[in-house]
Amino acid sequence: MHEFRFDPVRMPPAAQALRAEVRAFIAAEVARGAFTPSRNSWSSFDPAFSRKCGARGYIGMRWPKQYGGHERSALERYVVTEEMLAGGAPVGAHWVADRQSGNQILRYGSERAKRAILPRIVAGECYFSIGMSEPDSGSDLAAVRTRAGKVDGGWSVSGTKVWTSGAHRTHYLIALARTAPKEEDRHAGMTQFIVDLAQPGVSVRPIYNLYGGHDFNEVVFDGYFVPDDMVMGEPGMGWKLVTGELAFERSGPDRFLSTFQLLLESIRAVGAEPDARAANEIGRFVAHLVTLRRMSTSVAGMLERGAQPAVEAALVKDMGTAFEREIPETFRQLVPTEPTLGEGLSYAELLGMGILRAPGFTIRGGTREILRGMIARGLGLR
Amino acid sequence: MSEMRGDLQKTVDRIFGAHCDRTVRESAEAGAWPAALWQALEEVGLDRAALPEAAGGAGMAFEDAMFALRRSAYHAAPLPLAETMLAGRMLCAAGLTVPRGALTLAPVRSGDKLEFLQGSSGAAVQGTVQRVPWGDVCAHAMVAGVLDGKDVLGLVPTAGALRGVEKNLAGEPRATLAFERTPLLALAPLEGAPARLETEGALCRSVQMAGALERTLEYSLLYANERVQFGRPIAKFQAIQHMLAQLAGQVAAASAAADAAVEVSALAPDEFAVAVAKARTGEAAGKGAEIAHQVHGAMGYTREHNLHYSTRRLWSWRDEFGNESCWQSRLGRMVAGQGADALWPMLSRL
Repeated sequence: MHEFRFDPVRMPPAAQALRAEVRAFIAAEVARGAFTPSRNSWSSFDPAFSRKCGARGYIGMRWPKQYGGHERSALERYVVTEEMLAGGAPVGAHWVADRQSGNQILRYGSERAKRAILPRIVAGECYFSIGMSEPDSGSDLAAVRTRAGKVDGGWSVSGTKVWTSGAHRTHYLIALARTAPKEEDRHAGMTQFIVDLAQPGVSVRPIYNLYGGHDFNEVVFDGYFVPDDMVMGEPGMGWKLVTGELAFERSGPDRFLSTFQLLLESIRAVGAEPDARAANEIGRFVAHLVTLRRMSTSVAGMLERGAQPAVEAALVKDMGTAFEREIPETFRQLVPTEPTLGEGLSYAELLGMGILRAPGFTIRGGTREILRGMIARGLGLR
Repeated sequence: MSEMRGDLQKTVDRIFGAHCDRTVRESAEAGAWPAALWQALEEVGLDRAALPEAAGGAGMAFEDAMFALRRSAYHAAPLPLAETMLAGRMLCAAGLTVPRGALTLAPVRSGDKLEFLQGSSGAAVQGTVQRVPWGDVCAHAMVAGVLDGKDVLGLVPTAGALRGVEKNLAGEPRATLAFERTPLLALAPLEGAPARLETEGALCRSVQMAGALERTLEYSLLYANERVQFGRPIAKFQAIQHMLAQLAGQVAAASAAADAAVEVSALAPDEFAVAVAKARTGEAAGKGAEIAHQVHGAMGYTREHNLHYSTRRLWSWRDEFGNESCWQSRLGRMVAGQGADALWPMLSRL
């Protein structure tokens, strides 16, 4: 059985110095009006801010210098990430590239892909989307129907991806496609490809979300050509790559800080002398937050040591996203407000955004049910 | 786990394995003192594990002592180990000699107070205190209060003070003691002693709950894998798998919160971290026990199954030394008082 141990990590002094530096940077940006602390930090797309992050060395922090990276530790990266989210910084443009796509390219990409793409990600100029889900393949990722057939010098990809966040303004996505017919081992025969969204043969169409926002897209491949050196790893390795990628996607502070700005505004709204019930609820959220943060930093420590904390990451995401969802549900009754549609500029709008976005928290990046299945496997039940 | 920790676990588990079976637990609930078990703990010095060697202790790191306490709770050991460790630590902090044997402490119940008096023949203590853990079997009690406007810590014999014994849900004795100008055996000033007693107690109970939760998860996994219904072990049903996944989450969170508090409390308890720990482990206790019982069905509702030794402790300990609500509201008031802008800087210092 999996041990589910979340050993503590001690932040190195370099990480503490970095924390102060990032905090000062964010405060200065807010002060000069570059952004209003966003209610939606890692979904807010702001290329100008991403380039500034790149210039300051906050992207590709763990990657080798030869590809533009900064060779810093997972814990230093963690500190930057959590400071950005806690400060409500608009990090959405470079988020996916920095969190997962770049790591995958570094490990499995060709030399040409690494040289052509990684330095641009590090500079905050090159953005990625995730090409996993399809109309008939969501939680059951092995059911993908997008196909890639071998052609001279590369592969020809056809099929449809959905829920592709940001694809209308990112530069690339990494697409999972079937490259061999399904066998008894349904996880075999899949491959990941780097797709340049500016090339012909791929089209992007918006799928508006429940509140009318444009984040999701449908991405259709019609004989899209991928050169051989934009294949990730060896053909057929797709499943292994995808599951590894999800560990990067699941354990970070982005999985429990989505409604942190609402928590802060709610604390402001109840004032310095909250009534008994408000004090209890705030205290409960703080106790949860401290605990989640400790578990999440522990997973960062495991990544630093080269471990494969996929099950621990699933557990942190399951608990973290449940926490994010509880914040609007609780404060809507403590700060009597009629939630309002809008950008999140008033408390009523911020609450409204929290309620409307909450269903996504426990779906994106692996549903709660899939995560619990993974945890159960870790417990030896499957 | 470090090698030292591994050896410690082996020693502790060997002792509890040999001396803490259901017969011992049942007779302890009936009022018998588990003498062999206590003696075995004393022989390896666990009752004074974290005290310095100069004070008759084993000189163990506080974290290791708390780990041993956690294992004792995992084994549902019916003993005042937490109380003895806690009293020893505070007496030592006040520079007082720690007597041999099991120790209890008072006051523990919110609202209970002891009056400290300075007479011609020395200091004495006066007042009635309730729910004193193991107050009927410990010869000495560490007492905290105020004398002449100064926080003090004292040691008092319990002989003759016993007025009655209630039991918590786990059948652990919680005594009413009445002191009538009882002379103190020792007295010393200790800044913040009464509040520290409560915080130390909350820290111990958090650690104990983390240990008991670990056991409920183990029992639940065993049972789900053994129990066959509809032709397969119930562990194969997705509904059960998801319940156990949630239980594992509660256990991991309780453990993380308790460990975090222990780490920063080596010299004295850190109030913020202990508040987080007691609030979080208390919540996990209720939610975890509920899931564990649901998985066990009717079998877990019987006296024969061992699950209740852990869950009845969880249901008791979460309400001792301040329930979740008590610690949550302290945290909430602290955070609201300092204002929203102070929250993240405070959290990220941990």
